[in-house]
Amino acid sequence: MRKHALYGLMAEFETADALLEAVRKAREAGYRRLDAYTPFPVEGLADALGFHTTRVPLIVLIGGLIGCFGGFFLQYYPNVIGYPLNIGGKPYDSWPSFIPITFELTILCAALSAVFGMLALNGFPTPYHPVFNAPRFELASQNRFFLLLEARDPKFDAEKTKQFLVELKAFEVSEVAT
Amino acid sequence: MGMEPIGPQNTPVVPPGVPEIAPGHTYGSVTDKISAIVLTRGTRKGWWVGFLIAFALLMVMHYAIAMVLFIGVGLYGINIPVGWGFAIVNFVWWIGIGHAGTLISAFLLLMRQKWRTSINRFAEAMTIFAVSCAGVFPLMHMGRPWLFYWLLPYPDTMGVWPQFRSPLVWDVFAVSTYATVSVLFWFVGLIPDLATLRDQAKKRIAQFVYGFLSLGWRGSAIHWRRYEMASLLLAGLATPLVISVHTVVSFDFTIAIIPGWHSTIFPPYFVAGAIYSGFAMVLTLAIPLRSFYKLEDFVTMRHLDNMAKMLLATGLIVAYGYMMETFMAFYSGNPFDRYMIMNRMFGPYAPWYWLLITCNIAIPMTLLWSSKIRRNVKALFCISLVVQLGMWLERFIIVVTSLHRDFVPSSWGMFYPTAIDFLLFFGTIGLFFTLFYLFIRYLPMISIFEMRELVHKTAEE
Repeated sequence: MRKHALYGLMAEFETADALLEAVRKAREAGYRRLDAYTPFPVEGLADALGFHTTRVPLIVLIGGLIGCFGGFFLQYYPNVIGYPLNIGGKPYDSWPSFIPITFELTILCAALSAVFGMLALNGFPTPYHPVFNAPRFELASQNRFFLLLEARDPKFDAEKTKQFLVELKAFEVSEVAT
Repeated sequence: MGMEPIGPQNTPVVPPGVPEIAPGHTYGSVTDKISAIVLTRGTRKGWWVGFLIAFALLMVMHYAIAMVLFIGVGLYGINIPVGWGFAIVNFVWWIGIGHAGTLISAFLLLMRQKWRTSINRFAEAMTIFAVSCAGVFPLMHMGRPWLFYWLLPYPDTMGVWPQFRSPLVWDVFAVSTYATVSVLFWFVGLIPDLATLRDQAKKRIAQFVYGFLSLGWRGSAIHWRRYEMASLLLAGLATPLVISVHTVVSFDFTIAIIPGWHSTIFPPYFVAGAIYSGFAMVLTLAIPLRSFYKLEDFVTMRHLDNMAKMLLATGLIVAYGYMMETFMAFYSGNPFDRYMIMNRMFGPYAPWYWLLITCNIAIPMTLLWSSKIRRNVKALFCISLVVQLGMWLERFIIVVTSLHRDFVPSSWGMFYPTAIDFLLFFGTIGLFFTLFYLFIRYLPMISIFEMRELVHKTAEE
């Protein structure tokens, strides 16, 4: 069988706390290219990995503003500029009656940007990813917690890193092919 | 089922005394119990019976729609003065039912209520299916439904735009936004669970379909961070949205000058009524589901009790709405308003009005105060059905009694529904349950990852 290039080393843990502890130790030891996989969101894990802020809120704000101004303009333009009609003597720019649609479109655009922004930042859809080559990785979506140290980390050394993970009391350490 | 965990068993276990979940559950056990319904337990006989009944009703809906498309809205009981008949009644009823799902998933998330975890998924599904049913009615009330896109603002060659000052156009935007956001919210919630199903599935086709739908989710902590942020923001957006949707639906009535419609109490009273009927529907669905699929561990008495309390709270708001409506009719000194209320209570539709008061106020508002009844599954199921009937009658009374006798006695008339009216209504119930049966068979009806999170949190405490 052809030998695959190494993507990284995957360590399996039984509890969220053990994983959190392992991530902290790995960061302390100087590893920077690492990721953790859990079956549910674990508080503080992203911070421990060095990921503190996400751009999702900014994207949602921009989406919401586009929806808000776009929604108002959508009604303002035909009623005041493009095709003004006198309906029941109401003023052309009867802005209070434009508010419901403006509101709905604000929510719509903000929600679309929240979902598609989150998916895009996460790089979804991802049809192939090396971590799925790790043995027992299907448990990451069930009841086990995984830590990955990537091979491209400058500090990575197949032997020493493996030793390091074993010392962290990992339940199992395995190699991940690219 | 995945691999059996090997090695020492030091996984977190739910301790006794947690009201939201039965003791003894672990990450693995909640995962397997929920996913097994989809993956390994197969299609059961009871499922087929229910599905086929629902499917037969769906065919009834298709028949009714085909008739309306072929012959026209003359098949409905509508005429002048009652130009809005069952179509709008059913539309408001279904939209209202949907609202509880969004409220459970969004508002209770913002309020950090643990008990939402095991009911939010199927409540959200209920929302989407109810909105689908609601959509049928305005469309089939249009006369020429194939021209529905005239409602949308697009630069057409006719040179005219939708009437943006009309609440009916607001409705188009509100309901389509609501449908879109509900589907997105539901799908986002499903992604991690679809990944679980992908990893547990044994059949090639299931692995492919769930793998495709889970978009390559791998549970990375960084992904979770963005995911949680997006979910939180969606919840924050969906909460005002759900209130705005029923407010806009109530604008369909209040912006008109018809006595009985032209009232400022409508928006809050419609929203409360929507949540009232929606929680009733959640109970109607949850009670048989938990016993049929043996989910009493997850949908506990605490859940049913809390939902019954929500029924009580929103029901009281609805009762206040009825009271104020009556009070204002007299206090305003407007003879048309006064006549409308007297006609509602003692006119030709009086039996339906009093049945509505019985179903919405008299029965639930007296019984639900008792914690014994709130914890009696059968009683709760019956009350939930009674409330839904009551809420349907409420919309019927609002629509029909307000329209059938307006300002000029020479234009008074009566409304009698026809067979097609009923067939279309019962048909959409078939559509709802067909979709629901497919949902419980092919998707996890309880959010698996949130249940694991619940296990984690309760085990920690």
